[in-house]
Amino acid sequence: MNSGKYAMNAETSKWIPRILILISFLFILLMLVTPLTVIMTEAFRAGLKSYWRAVSDPYALKALQLTLLAATTAVVLNTAFGLTAAWAITRFSFKGKGLITTLIDIPFAVSPIIAGLIFILTFGRLSWLHPFLSAHDLKVVFAAPGIVIVTLFVTFPFVAREIIPVLEARGTDEEQAAALMGAGLFAIFRRITFPHIRWALLYSVILCAARAIGEFGAVSVVSGHLRGKTNTLPLHVEILYNEYQFNAAFAVSSLLAFAAIGILTARNIVEFTAKKEEEGHVR
Amino acid sequence: MKKINALALGLFVFALSAFGPVPAAPAADVEITNVSYDPTRELYEQYNAAFKKHWKSLKGQEADIVQSHGGSGRQARAVIEGNQADVLTLALAPDITAVEKAGLIKPGWQSEFPLNSAPYTSTIVFLVRKGNPKAIKDWGDLARAGVGVITPNPKTSGGARWNYLAAWAWAHREYKGDEKAVKEYIGKVLRNILVLDTGARGSTNTFVQNGQGDVLLAWENEAFLALAEKAGEFEIATPSLSILAEPPVAVVDEVVEKRGTREIATEYLNFLYSEEGQRLAGKNYYRPSNPDIAKEFASVFNLKLDLITIDDPIFGGWEKAQDLHFKDGGVFDQLYAR
Repeated sequence: MNSGKYAMNAETSKWIPRILILISFLFILLMLVTPLTVIMTEAFRAGLKSYWRAVSDPYALKALQLTLLAATTAVVLNTAFGLTAAWAITRFSFKGKGLITTLIDIPFAVSPIIAGLIFILTFGRLSWLHPFLSAHDLKVVFAAPGIVIVTLFVTFPFVAREIIPVLEARGTDEEQAAALMGAGLFAIFRRITFPHIRWALLYSVILCAARAIGEFGAVSVVSGHLRGKTNTLPLHVEILYNEYQFNAAFAVSSLLAFAAIGILTARNIVEFTAKKEEEGHVR
Repeated sequence: MKKINALALGLFVFALSAFGPVPAAPAADVEITNVSYDPTRELYEQYNAAFKKHWKSLKGQEADIVQSHGGSGRQARAVIEGNQADVLTLALAPDITAVEKAGLIKPGWQSEFPLNSAPYTSTIVFLVRKGNPKAIKDWGDLARAGVGVITPNPKTSGGARWNYLAAWAWAHREYKGDEKAVKEYIGKVLRNILVLDTGARGSTNTFVQNGQGDVLLAWENEAFLALAEKAGEFEIATPSLSILAEPPVAVVDEVVEKRGTREIATEYLNFLYSEEGQRLAGKNYYRPSNPDIAKEFASVFNLKLDLITIDDPIFGGWEKAQDLHFKDGGVFDQLYAR
């Protein structure tokens, strides 16, 4: 590395990395560590007792439950969809393949507020579906199903996006060999495809859960903010903040912060283990 | 493979908790939803507890009231789009009229309950920092150079429309109806605005929590609440003239007919006019519409404050005022854009 455009004299090569590292650390300290510390100190400022009261409040528990329901549904359905789509896109050639690949990305490109409005216009009282929904007493927006649906929408691409590159990189040789030897589609998936993608899958599931738990914009639009009915944890935090209950707001925020830390830890474990396994294979 | 199993197990447990039992709320026989505006949170929390007792003694039923709060205009919009409210308790009549025009409420709702369906009233006052360092005493002071004004946006907030109209009314009196002078004054005030939040509670947080600005134009009840929350940091300055804000209430016909909740929804709003309801309004810094109960709070409110109503000839009612001032390209837009 001592020639071409990377050539630098010994002195510059010593301080440039140091400055870059310093900048990164300062930035992370300022933007990530400080706010997290503020949340935690504010959350526990009024003591453990009032912290516990805030997080065990019936409205907070209801919000927690709705958040978990939305996140779980999003993870399960998006995993099923993501696997199907990734498998179809990388293993078969068909008309409209490019279109599907593009469409999967829509939720990444659309602002969450617009996503919420789309569902209000589709399922709301002024939509053409409303007479049907109303006749069957089905509530979608301003009710729990709406929250679940928008969460599903905003987390839609995570799994497919993560799996497609892995499957593409692997190629289809092993699967073709297995097929020649008479293995069925399910056996091929279970014995050959799945072992290759399982770490990518777990990784994407974790990211998907993180986004689903934290989503605010789209959920806020379809929620209607009915206390104890359609508030998720992030919405509950906003309500508490607006009601001068700052300690409670930070206490509930700390739940979200803990979830984020847990998710990051899980992500690192997945990354670390996957890497080790990879090295094991190479050896 | 062991680790992946452990992680999968973790995810499974996490998933199960979503469907697990929730600490049960006491089973209710009947439930209604009250969609309200921003500053009424504290009022309805107390009022709902009182109403539940009242309904229990009246009908022997356990009632549950679901609350929703937000900017008045935004809340009306959500109801039009399908947020099922049995009753609306909003900041100003045009927001309920919008729901009426969407076909959810029958025309004539404003005469369904006493006093234009406004069980309590309020007005607009100034919240200033302790000691009033900028000596802000009346509407004229808001136009002075170097005074930082905090108010929500009249386009999205009901309270902000009252703020704007109160300033207009004062200027109309001050400049003896000279429209050019009035507009020039309003323009100066608008240029002094530092932050324009979407709702009243957002503006209060900007002024009280984040320390922005010298004066908050606020609902009287919102100003008193901030005073109570942060004792010793603020004081209220009452201008020489303000506006009588009448936040109205209505039963949402389409919803109560479908749910069969008309009786309890109507009683819920009627009970606001009872002595108990009126006292709760007063305790939460809303002016009781019952003059006898209002007298009990004479030490809190300046009951002699000169209050102009929206039906005064200078405004000519909500429909006219809304059309002239707040529609797209209206007077507010023209003055704000300058």
